Amino acid sequence: MTTEIPMDKTTDTTKVSTAQATPIVPLPHAAARALTVAGSALALIGTFLAWTWTREFPGNLTVTGYPGGLQVLTLVGSALTLLFTLSGYGIRGLGWLTPGGKNSPVLLAALGVFGTTGYAMGAISQELGGLVNLEPGAWVSGIGALVALIGALGLPVDQPYGAEDPNPNLWGRIRHSLTAPEPGRAKELPSWAEILIIAAGFGVGLYVFAFGIGTEYSELFIGFLIIAAFGFTAVTRAGLLKRLSALTAKHRNVAMAAAFVAAICFPFTQTNDQFALIGANILIFATVALGLNVVVGLAGLLDLGYVAFLGVGAYAAALVSGSPQSSIGVHFPFWAAVLTGAAASLIFGVVIGAPTLRLRGDYLAIVTLGFGEIFRITMNNLNGNSGPDVTNGANGIPNIPDLEIFGFNLGLPHNVLGHELTRSGNYYLLMLLFTAIVVMVFRRSAESRIGRAWVAIREDETAATAMGINGFRLKLLAFALGASLAGLAGTVQAHVSYSVTPEQYEFAGPVPPNSAFLLAAVILGGMGTISGPLIGAALLYLIPAKLQFMAEYQLLLFGVALMLLMRFRPEGLVADRRKQLEFHETGQLDVPEDKSLPDGATGVAKAGA
Amino acid sequence: MTTTTTAPTSTTVLDASGVTMRFGGLTAVRDVNLTVNTGEIVGLIGPNGAGKTTFFNCLTGLYVPTEGKVAYKGTVLPPKPHLVTQAGIARTFQNIRLFANMTVLENVLVGRHTRTKEGLWSALLRLPGFKKAEDASRARAMELLEFTGLAAKADHLARNLPYGEQRKLEIARALASEPGLLLLDEPTAGMNPQETRAAEELIFAIRDKGIAVLVIEHDIRFIMNLCDRVAVLVQGEKIVEGPADVVQSDERVIAAYLGTPFEGAPGEAEAAEVEAAEAEAQSTTEGDDK
Ligand SMILES: Nc1ncnc2c1ncn2[C@@H]1O[C@H](COP(=O)(O)OP(=O)(O)OP(=O)(O)O)[C@@H](O)[C@H]1O
Ligand SMILES: [Mg+2]
Repeated sequence: MTTEIPMDKTTDTTKVSTAQATPIVPLPHAAARALTVAGSALALIGTFLAWTWTREFPGNLTVTGYPGGLQVLTLVGSALTLLFTLSGYGIRGLGWLTPGGKNSPVLLAALGVFGTTGYAMGAISQELGGLVNLEPGAWVSGIGALVALIGALGLPVDQPYGAEDPNPNLWGRIRHSLTAPEPGRAKELPSWAEILIIAAGFGVGLYVFAFGIGTEYSELFIGFLIIAAFGFTAVTRAGLLKRLSALTAKHRNVAMAAAFVAAICFPFTQTNDQFALIGANILIFATVALGLNVVVGLAGLLDLGYVAFLGVGAYAAALVSGSPQSSIGVHFPFWAAVLTGAAASLIFGVVIGAPTLRLRGDYLAIVTLGFGEIFRITMNNLNGNSGPDVTNGANGIPNIPDLEIFGFNLGLPHNVLGHELTRSGNYYLLMLLFTAIVVMVFRRSAESRIGRAWVAIREDETAATAMGINGFRLKLLAFALGASLAGLAGTVQAHVSYSVTPEQYEFAGPVPPNSAFLLAAVILGGMGTISGPLIGAALLYLIPAKLQFMAEYQLLLFGVALMLLMRFRPEGLVADRRKQLEFHETGQLDVPEDKSLPDGATGVAKAGA
Repeated sequence: MTTTTTAPTSTTVLDASGVTMRFGGLTAVRDVNLTVNTGEIVGLIGPNGAGKTTFFNCLTGLYVPTEGKVAYKGTVLPPKPHLVTQAGIARTFQNIRLFANMTVLENVLVGRHTRTKEGLWSALLRLPGFKKAEDASRARAMELLEFTGLAAKADHLARNLPYGEQRKLEIARALASEPGLLLLDEPTAGMNPQETRAAEELIFAIRDKGIAVLVIEHDIRFIMNLCDRVAVLVQGEKIVEGPADVVQSDERVIAAYLGTPFEGAPGEAEAAEVEAAEAEAQSTTEGDDK
């Protein structure tokens, strides 16, 4: 989404088909498909029956409830499986569902249903003490899911094995059966229809997202994660995501507006202030991640102390907020506070960047890591004992008053269009405005002479300077821009969280906006893209917030998840078109090696030779 | 032409004098003087490791020469690559250094960096001039792709181009900075005879645009066809300079290439021998640079 390169129509990546792939489970085609349909239908029917006898298991899975809690997930998942399978039958009117892969989406959806249903059954028996607590409905769904999975494993595989490995082992065959060919070009629809599809796409996205935030107990959230992950992959393999992104690329401004409107709708779907607060915090996190993406994703500068810029903005805003504990004791209007915060971050960014950006690669990472910590420690020490009293040391600046913009007090609930908009909802909407600004800044700068120069520096700094790019100046510009964007977000963050303390701005910690999580959000989401860091930040915020019971293992699991992701999808969830080609093309072509060698005796990078 | 006493310099595009580059104990380039005049194609040849690329790096500011100075159209250049490009010297690299994950068009647009002005504010606020400048830049870049025969591949990633086209793209990218002097470092390395001939045509066309060319090449026939003047670098020193046919029959050059050993260069002779044979067979491959 970041670059305005026209869609590449080349198909020179098509692999030569060699060996026809065989399904994992040897079944006649018709039988496999029938099994899948029957199994999914069974799983679907099971969700209308009781899964357990007591309401002790959260979400009311008893006979009185309609499909509730985890049952809803199985219901949606099996409906999706059913639709994909029927589309594979060539039923008229369903063909649009699978323009890409026909059978791998079925398999993925079936896996998702099996996973969630299986998880639900396991959780019920574990929490209530034994399998006896499962009512027949659970068994119906569970067996249905298993049958559907076996059927799906017997469906023909979408693509022949690749030329490089015509005879894969079992693991390779399983992985291969989950791949799918790219969809061809969609036929043209009238503009209004395409825009309607975009709106529907974003509507579904918003609904899924709001559902995730609104999950009230961790069992439901885990089930949601399972089905969402598989469902998302299934939709991707079916080629629907490609189709949608082709449409959004065509109607970019409409798509932006649709995403923005969907995001505005979010607080109106929430009745609970706590969930709106999660939304606001996600936006803060995501906005800062997007700012970091300018530095890391575009200019390729590894900044490990980025959260300090958020801190500078927040501290600056707190000092001029009129908080009784502020050592300055002035009360700026909001717009002035925002400018102060951004300017303070900008100056801090330039002061740090000017000496460090002459370093390359790992050195820069280490120095920025150090500066990030220096910021936190300095804030701790400006407490009147170890230094002048500016920031109250570890106590930070509490009691930051709520904002009042045009007489609209963001601290109070307001009634908008018949819906009670809570304090967090207000701040969510304010933050959304800032997110929109940062998205715009990212997009516009990326698609300009400056953005191209950044990418050139990322690709090959020596060649970039030889093309007339002043490497140092442009890197400093990226650094300063990134810093001020984080500063902007910091000014709102100070008000949302009522207080700023040094501990909010660590390198790594359990609460998301810290340098490690910011970087992870960018890399997990997809470097150099707009939607990537937004999605990455949402996931990285939600998962720890929803799964508090495993707080102790959180960082461990986080590390494992990152490693798995880097192994299987190094370009991140949302692939920059460039990155995708970079990581997944087996280099048949003679691609020049462009990594800079260790610097020579003169301290300049080796250019030719 | 002006009537001042500096009249000769008005036709001198490049004037490198006394350029010396030392890496610790190794003197890779020793006191080299070289001038290139407008409308000229000058060749720079020499066995492997002679210091040709190092000399280019000194000219373009990638290396800071230990001694000597480089003047472009009468002004001495600071040893900063971006200022050198700004002044009007563009180059290509021996081992291709494209922006592999940018499109062909974007690569050329990056080359236009010094000839465009739009800053960050202009981009963020989309000030009135922005779109115009961007469109003009694109049009110019497309012209250059047309000129080098890459227009059809404008939207491909640079890394996906075949080898010969990557070399052409490097030239297009260099031309985008509207240089007065183009430095080409082995532009035909790894090319087959047809491609080499096409490259010759391209370089003549560049010269006809009024751009002086200084080219490093191992392919003697290519140099003979192309160059008005040839300089020979051996072990960092310029030993001969003159018209191509004169240089080719110069005994010192033959010695350097065919192996009367120079003092204290045991491996050099063999390397040069292999190199010369390769050049004759026109089968120079990319990997021979060491
Ligand atoms: N950065 C550096 N540090 C140390 N030595 C270097 C450096 N760059 C080049 N050299 C040395 O300088 C000498 C000249 O190398 P150079 O690459 O200029 O040769 P060349 O004439 O371009 O050879 P070729 O025809 O193989 O490209 C070599 O011995 C090389 O090892
Ligand atoms: Mg060389």
